This record gives sequence, C-alpha cells and structure tokens, in this order.
Amino acid sequence: MSSEFFIPDPEGHIPSAEGYFGAFGGKFIPEALVAAVDEVAVEYDKAKSDPEFARELDDLLVHYTGRPSSLTEVERFAEHAGGARVFLKREDLNHTGSHKINNVLGQALLTKRMGKTRVIAETGAGQHGVATATACALFGLECTIYMGEIDTERQALNVARMRMLGAEVIAVKSGSRTLKDAINEAFRDWVANVDRTHYLFGTVAGPHPFPAMVRDFHRVIGVEARRQILERAGRLPDAAIACVGGGSNAIGLFHAFIPDADVRLIGCEPAGHGIETGEHAATLTAGEPGILHGSRSYVLQDEEGQITEPYSISAGLDYPGIGPEHAYLKDSGRGEYRAVTDDAAMQALRLLSRTEGIIPAIESAHALAGALEVGRELGPDGLIVVNLSGRGDKDMDTAARYFGLYDEGADAVVEADAGSGTAEIEGDAK
Amino acid sequence: MSGNVQLLSDTLAGAKVEGRSALIAYLPAGFPTVDGGIAAIKAVFDGGADVVEVGLPHSDPVLDGPVIQTADDIALRGGVKIADVMRTVREAYEATGKPVLVMTYWNPIDRYGVERFTTELAEAGGAGCILPDLPVQESALWREHAEKHGLATVFVVAPSSKDARLADITAAGSGFVYAASLMGVTGTRASVGAQAQDLVRRTKATTDLPVCVGLGVSNAVQAAEVAGFADGVIVGSAFVKLMLDAPDEAAGLDAVRALAADLAQGVRGTV
Repeated sequence: MSSEFFIPDPEGHIPSAEGYFGAFGGKFIPEALVAAVDEVAVEYDKAKSDPEFARELDDLLVHYTGRPSSLTEVERFAEHAGGARVFLKREDLNHTGSHKINNVLGQALLTKRMGKTRVIAETGAGQHGVATATACALFGLECTIYMGEIDTERQALNVARMRMLGAEVIAVKSGSRTLKDAINEAFRDWVANVDRTHYLFGTVAGPHPFPAMVRDFHRVIGVEARRQILERAGRLPDAAIACVGGGSNAIGLFHAFIPDADVRLIGCEPAGHGIETGEHAATLTAGEPGILHGSRSYVLQDEEGQITEPYSISAGLDYPGIGPEHAYLKDSGRGEYRAVTDDAAMQALRLLSRTEGIIPAIESAHALAGALEVGRELGPDGLIVVNLSGRGDKDMDTAARYFGLYDEGADAVVEADAGSGTAEIEGDAK
Repeated sequence: MSGNVQLLSDTLAGAKVEGRSALIAYLPAGFPTVDGGIAAIKAVFDGGADVVEVGLPHSDPVLDGPVIQTADDIALRGGVKIADVMRTVREAYEATGKPVLVMTYWNPIDRYGVERFTTELAEAGGAGCILPDLPVQESALWREHAEKHGLATVFVVAPSSKDARLADITAAGSGFVYAASLMGVTGTRASVGAQAQDLVRRTKATTDLPVCVGLGVSNAVQAAEVAGFADGVIVGSAFVKLMLDAPDEAAGLDAVRALAADLAQGVRGTV
C-alpha cells in the first residue's frame, strides 16, 4: 500500500483472531452487539486492503486535518527538563485541536461504507466529541454524543462546539457522571439502535476490533514523529512520552517506536490528588486486571469487581480503564507507566504556556510534566519526543480557576501550589 | 455439594407437562435491603413464579435500563456484597425449594474467582448463572467450573444473532436459553415485538433446551402472548419498578406478589 498517512498492519502487535494482545483484549459484549461488532471487524479488514479507502483517508488527513503535524523543539521549556532536548509532536495543530480527528475520520469513512446513517460517541474532555461532530457534519451523518454531566460542566466550551456543529449532546447523570458512564450510556443506545448506528469509539479500549483499529488510525503520529526526529536530531529519541487515559494518543505515538528497543515508551497516568489519596485515575499504576467496556485490561476496581470512581482534574484522563495493548506493553516491560499529579500537570501547563507560547490541554500537560522528570533523569544528552495531544483552549476555565486568573492574578495561588516538584519554574514563569 | 441445574430443568419440564410456560422473575439482591430483597423473592415465588433470577448488582450495568440501574445503585450504596447475594440465594432456595439463578456481569465473578464463586453458589443451592456480557467464545473457563459444580449456564440470544451462531450458543448452554425479545436494554415496553417469535423459532431449530423470552414483558396480557410461543416468560423491571414505587416495603411486597399471581395466570393463558 502506498498510503502515506493511513498506515495499518504494523509488523508486530497484531492481536489474535479473538482480539487478544497477550492476556488482554477480547470481546466481552452482549449478544445483541456481536453481529455489529463483527461487521465493524469485517468492514475494517476490507477497508485496510482497499487502496480507495486509503486514498480517501489520506486526502482528508492532508487537506482537512492538516497532516503532517509539526515537530516543534521547545528550548526554553527544556531548560527545566535537565537540559535535555525536547520536541513536541503537535497534534494540537490538527483541525479540531487534538489527535482525536485521526481516528474519527477513519471510522466516519467506515460508517459510510457500512451504509449506516447515524453515529454515536462518548466523550470525556469533549475532544473526541468535537472531532466526531465535525466528521458527522462533513459527511452528513446524524450525531449523538454522550458526555458525563460533570464533564459537560468543566468542558462547557466543547459542549457548545458540538452543538454548533449540529450534534445532539446528552449529559449522562448516572454513576460518577464522567467518561465511564458516558460509555455505558452509549453502549445502551447502540444495543437499541444498532441497525443504523455506528458507535464511533474514541479510544484504544473496548471490544475487538476497536483497540487495534483505533490504534491503526493513530499510528500516523508515531510514524511521522519518528521520521521527523531522525531528520531534525539525527537520531532516535531516548524516550517517547504521552499522557494515558484510555490510551489512544499514547499508542499512536509509541507504536512506530516499539521495534526500536532503545527508545523508552513512557505513558503518564493521572495521579489526581496523589495515588495515596485514592483520588486518581492511574489504572496501570494502581489497578488490577479485569473487564470493563468490552475487553480485559487493567481496571480500577474493588475486591468484588465493582468499578471504583476515578478522579482527575483532566476530564479526558478521568477513566478507570485503559486500552488492552497498554496492559500488554506494561506487563511485557516494553512500556513504562508513571503517575503525574494534578498539580504537576498544571504547573507544566503553565510552564509551557509561558516559555513557548503554547497552551496545552490539561491531558497533554501530564505528558509534559512527565517529560520534565524524565529530562532531569536523562540529563543534557537526553532527547525526548512528547506527544502534545491537544490544545488547551477548552481548559481555560479550569486553569483560570486553578491559578486564580479571573480575580487576583496567578501569583498568590501559585505560591501556595509550590512543592509539586516543579517549584523551580516559578521564577521563570513570572 | 452440587448445584441445582437439574431442579431447574425439572421445573421447566414440569411446566411443559402442564401445557404452559414457566414464569421467571428477576429481582436484584440487596434491594431495597438484603433482607427486603429476600422477602421480595419469597413474595414472587408465593405469587406463582417458577424460577427466580437474583441480580448481583454491578457498578456498570451496561445492559440495564434506568429501573434496574436505580435498584442496583440503591443496593450498592447499601453495601451489598457477594456474600449477601449468596445468602439471598440460600434463603430463597431453602424457603421454597425452587430454582434460583444469579444474573450478573462477568467482572464481579472474574475478580472474585470463578472457582470460589461457583463453589459458593452451588453450596447455597443456586441453579446456575446468566452472564449477559460473557459471550460464548469467552465462556470456556466459566463453563468448566459451572459444569463441575452442577450449575446451569444460561446464554442470551438476540434477534441479531445469526443462525450458525445460535447453534454455537445453544450447544454450549444448559438449563434454558434466554431469548431477548428485542434489541435494547432491560425495561418495560408497551409491546413485545414479532421478532421475539421469530427468534424463538430460529433458536428452537438448534436445540432441545427450553427457550424463555425476556425484555419488555410487564403484564399478564403480554405474558400470555409470549407464552403462546415460548417455554418461559421472564419479567424483571416490572417487579423492580413496583418495589421502587411502593410507599413502604410491605406495600412493595404485596404489589410484587400480586403481579406474580397475575403473570402466573398469563403464562397459563387464563388472563
């Protein structure tokens, strides 16, 4: 296949016929969805080997999304990362402002091929919902987005964007009223309306084939980044770093580097108020294997298999599950996962804003905080690629409240927040 | 001690001999309290239910509509544990001598341990399990333990299930087959669609197991209609809703007993 941006079928990490990456994955779904999920798998297999599908998707990725996305070196930011060289993969510059559009355009094309006229999706931060609403507007598909009620409040701007694009947004009031509950509600809708509806799943979790398919649509991130860093730095990075909620932007960045044994793959999970407080969403750090939303992976749960309520300041990472391929990468040792607190992420968000003029999404700020740590560990010879998975416009209300930007200015609040391990950035930030 | 899969089969066969469908009721454990839930199960047996499915509440019931979600939520906030579910099964079975199944999602059992769960369920006198998010191709481990402990594995089939897949599912199942009358989650519906009858016909072509129909049935007229083509009629949300809407627990128990009696007439075609 000569496709430049849609790059399926990597050499390794192809799931088994039943959808397993090692011990993780599978298809734990109600019988009513088996036919629909199988149809997605069959249609995706056909699409993968159809040059016309690749041509159409490539065309969209170039002329609509704006691929390839830039790789930006951030020298002033890197001064705080032990002097290591840091490059950002700028998925925030994609149309709609995050990596989510890569997967959405692929699945929207697939929806058309399946002859379905309606799309449903879940969203946490709203980035996947906005991307889905965008693609539905472009393709003339009916669109319903499920979003936890708490997330509709903290991401009100994205709710307005989705509605502007013509989507129906349903605030989900059950359970923890966040991303997990939005997925539950989307599954209920799908079971009832499966004849004409495609569930455009937004991350690399869910039943097979979603983890592999969504991964394939995001592989372009790492394929581009690998080529770009070789051109710019003349060598492969020491580490590729991304934030991990469900894990889509991370797997997209990591995947092209998996065969490069010297490139560390580092996922940054949301530690919320700290792992020890229990108020976090660090699934790989603190979870146990279990089944959630159609696949076996790590899950935040109690001793009787009830899913526990996650917490993160970032709506997009506030999820008690994780894609099965990440579970496999963790257990095989190829992937490293560390947890980043709300405070460390918010400090990194402000640092990047003030050193580079780039306001990242709070999700992506978790990866930036991880890069500050890793850079200090590597020292001045280090070379890091960070996936800047989304832009921060949607988070301005949360950030303004966190830093007190609406009233007295940031500084008083910032002093109180020092001590998160990035306190030395304060002087520069002023 | 072996579980009561045989009692379940005998009960369903007995209804057939009587020339009627069986009435299968669903109620969640721990709702409104553990003891209240046990009383509700005894009440529906008293009213005329042949089999009861005890729900093991789950934090993420993706196949349940708002009524059962609400009941699950009340049960979980009340602190219901798997030990309470086992006590519910034991007391319901010992008081009535009738078959009691557990219906839940796969993760609680996976986490608790399949061997531990099946051992305890068999010891409590349980007859088997319905696990709607454990499809047949993921079920080998469960079935091995269920069979060892004399527990039925009741699979769900749906209108969207293709004939070849129906054959695979019914070949692996035991006790009965749960035919979902429509594409959707649990909850009462104004009518039970014609696709239920077609699904029962297609399912029966693959198996001698009884085929029971659930989802959407809430009254005796619907029960009588379904009894015309199915071996059993499964009613859940309608019972749960009566308990939710009752002014107090005693009134709730009276209401579910009365509905069970009404439905028992329905499955006998004497509405």
